[in-house]
Amino acid sequence: MNSVASTTTQDTDDHGPAKGIKRWLFTTNHKDIGTLYLWFAFIMFLTGGAMAMVIRAELFQPGLQIVEPHFFNQMTTVHGLIMVFGAVMPAFTGLANWMIPIMIGAPDMALPRMNNLSFWILPFAFTILLASLFVEGGGPAFGWTFYAPLSTTYSGDSTALFVFSVHIMGISSIMGAINVIVTICNMRAPGMTWMKMPLFVWTWLITAFLLIAVMPVLAGAVTMVLTDKYFGTSFFDAAGGGDPVMFQHIFWFFGHPEVYIMILPAFGIISTIVPTFSRKPLFGYSSMVYATASIALLSFIVWAHHMFTTGMPVYAELFFMYCTMLISVPTGVKVFNWVATMWRGAISYEVPMMFSVAFIVLFTFGGFSGLMLAITPVDFQYHDTYFVVAHFHYVLVTGAIFSLIAATYYWLPKWTGVMYDLVLAKWHFWCSLISVNLLFFPMHFIGLAGMPRRIPDYSIQFAGWNQLISIGGFAFGLSQLIFLVLVIKACRKRGAVVNHQVWDGAKGLEWQLPSPAPYHTFEKPPKIE
Amino acid sequence: MSQQDKSQYYVPAQSPWPIVGACAFFLIAFGAGHMVADLQDPQASQWGSLLLIAGVLVLFIMLAGWFKDQINESRSGLHNRQLGISYRQGMLWFIFSEIMFFAAFFGALLYLRVIAVPWLGGDSNNAMTHAVLWPDFVPQWPLTETPDGTKTQAMGYWGLPLINTVILLTSSVTIHFADLGLKKGNRKQLSSMLFITILLGIGFLFLQVEEYIHAYQDLGLTLSSGVYGNTFFMLTGFHGLHVTLGTLFLLVMWLRIVRGHFSSENHFAFLAASWYWHFVDIVWLCLFLFVYVL
Repeated sequence: MNSVASTTTQDTDDHGPAKGIKRWLFTTNHKDIGTLYLWFAFIMFLTGGAMAMVIRAELFQPGLQIVEPHFFNQMTTVHGLIMVFGAVMPAFTGLANWMIPIMIGAPDMALPRMNNLSFWILPFAFTILLASLFVEGGGPAFGWTFYAPLSTTYSGDSTALFVFSVHIMGISSIMGAINVIVTICNMRAPGMTWMKMPLFVWTWLITAFLLIAVMPVLAGAVTMVLTDKYFGTSFFDAAGGGDPVMFQHIFWFFGHPEVYIMILPAFGIISTIVPTFSRKPLFGYSSMVYATASIALLSFIVWAHHMFTTGMPVYAELFFMYCTMLISVPTGVKVFNWVATMWRGAISYEVPMMFSVAFIVLFTFGGFSGLMLAITPVDFQYHDTYFVVAHFHYVLVTGAIFSLIAATYYWLPKWTGVMYDLVLAKWHFWCSLISVNLLFFPMHFIGLAGMPRRIPDYSIQFAGWNQLISIGGFAFGLSQLIFLVLVIKACRKRGAVVNHQVWDGAKGLEWQLPSPAPYHTFEKPPKIE
Repeated sequence: MSQQDKSQYYVPAQSPWPIVGACAFFLIAFGAGHMVADLQDPQASQWGSLLLIAGVLVLFIMLAGWFKDQINESRSGLHNRQLGISYRQGMLWFIFSEIMFFAAFFGALLYLRVIAVPWLGGDSNNAMTHAVLWPDFVPQWPLTETPDGTKTQAMGYWGLPLINTVILLTSSVTIHFADLGLKKGNRKQLSSMLFITILLGIGFLFLQVEEYIHAYQDLGLTLSSGVYGNTFFMLTGFHGLHVTLGTLFLLVMWLRIVRGHFSSENHFAFLAASWYWHFVDIVWLCLFLFVYVL
């Protein structure tokens, strides 16, 4: 039956999508799958965001107010897991699916059916994770980092569900990454040489390599947790000769490259948007490529900076401290290049550019606080406080999420064929910008003053700032509903019709296609000048 | 690659199999999650295991259906050279991900031997750990007595493990000869050499089971006898699982070869199977060195 279907495909070159639900279930089209990824990520972003609202509601006042501590722990854990594996990573994969084949002049991803499989695993994996919240004894409550012995000795019955859902998420990520890497290596149109590739493609190539290298290590870590908890092994139990600190080594060997998996594609997006609205080519293209590659390589030898307080020998602490600080060099190159691109450019502040400039400033804040955390002796003060929470939310929310929003505002007209509601978009920007700083900036202060993370109660002295933070949190959450309304309106084609060149300064193959981009593109390879 | 190959891209049609596969993964993960959680509870219902079994069945149906479509499309000449390169690159990256999966366990073995066990014996800055918690603990590898007193015996490399090493190394050579036979167009050499490889694979698995029985019954070496038993069984167990899958993979290739599939130009599936087999062999060599000999 299927071979018949494929012969008919060969006959008609410009057939449209299949009708109804089958289009989405069976699709092999990179644009359909990209759309599925993006919507899934958005739904997960709102789900994880709702959990953050629970956390902020509980922390609005000191004392136990709304939820039980055990439920609070489940919320922090599942919030983290959903945002990392359900929102940020699938959203970037969605963008990769939509844009990479177009950017390199390929007709589709290299392995389109596997592409479908890697998407459809995700809704199932997160169904399992969310279902585990309703198991007797509650869902995972050991933090998204699931440190042993919290996840082995002191965890509930839902741990096995957590382990297997992470396993299938990992399978999905690895297949997605293999697809991206093979597409970029093998499907580039003639003339699309390595150093002509758009930076979004370059950063995703390196990200895909990181994914294939570290997701299997995560699978190993959850497997050891599973056998330690249920099958009597003692990898993380000193009584059997193991070591709980070994869990942290294995986890962060995955976890640190994972951090760059969530930010490198963001660098690619910003490197695409800033030149467009500065009307200048990107400053230092090749240095951007080399900087991305060096960040990726360094990410494999810095993992223990998450573990400075675990009692490692001093020489190890020093090694990881210096390697970590080294990362600020290529990152600094990137920030310098973005600013140099804007220098004396004919800048106009369209919405994608507003988010990109906000990204550059606020991500740099996050980078600086990261540099502070990298200094071993002072990290003993910051470790496990809200300072850490402030740091990684600056790089993940005002970094990764802002870049994803910027990318959506940049390419949404290309996807839908209409310009979105600019008034709503500007409201979304200003509300997000103000509320996100209200939300995360004071966390630096209470963190330095010693407020620990992942605790539902706190000392009375932190009450004022926490109230402000919670107000910022609710405002940031509500601001994202503006975005939801805007995207739905655009998808229903409410807005001015745009031509193929949506932004006058934009370069790249995607702007040679009509808007909306046709269902099949580049069935014959384009000419690259 | 010639210009002609690139002038017309091949995009595969829609397929129902990926979503079937996603359902299979869901059943496996959800079923296994419940089964494992219910292990300690003899009164628990069995629906977790039933879901798991159903999931595995659906997975095999999916694989059979997907590959059947794939083989038909390939044999009707729909696939072009570019797709073949995509498949080859994809397979190599998949093997790389498998290497990283084993690296996690080899890394754990290295950490336990070089750092964790000596530290429990008071090494580095851990004198008090030893003096206060387990003063009688003797750090050594293989760790035949854990800090809490679980005793076991070490598995030597002489005997079954050495025979298994010889078997797998031989099988790497035989599959190479099968590959050469395919390239020369000598189908008799191809099918006979592949058949010998499969027999060697089955023989390896058989001896591995013997070794496990020996470990459990004679040596008292079990999965739960401290980190030595953990690393031994997890590493050899995952390797054995890979040998099983590799043997099945080779068996399917042999059945296709008997039916006259593959030519000296068009044989990606066989190539992938042989790469996978070589990978499994190399993992075993590392295992033999780090788990048994050293």
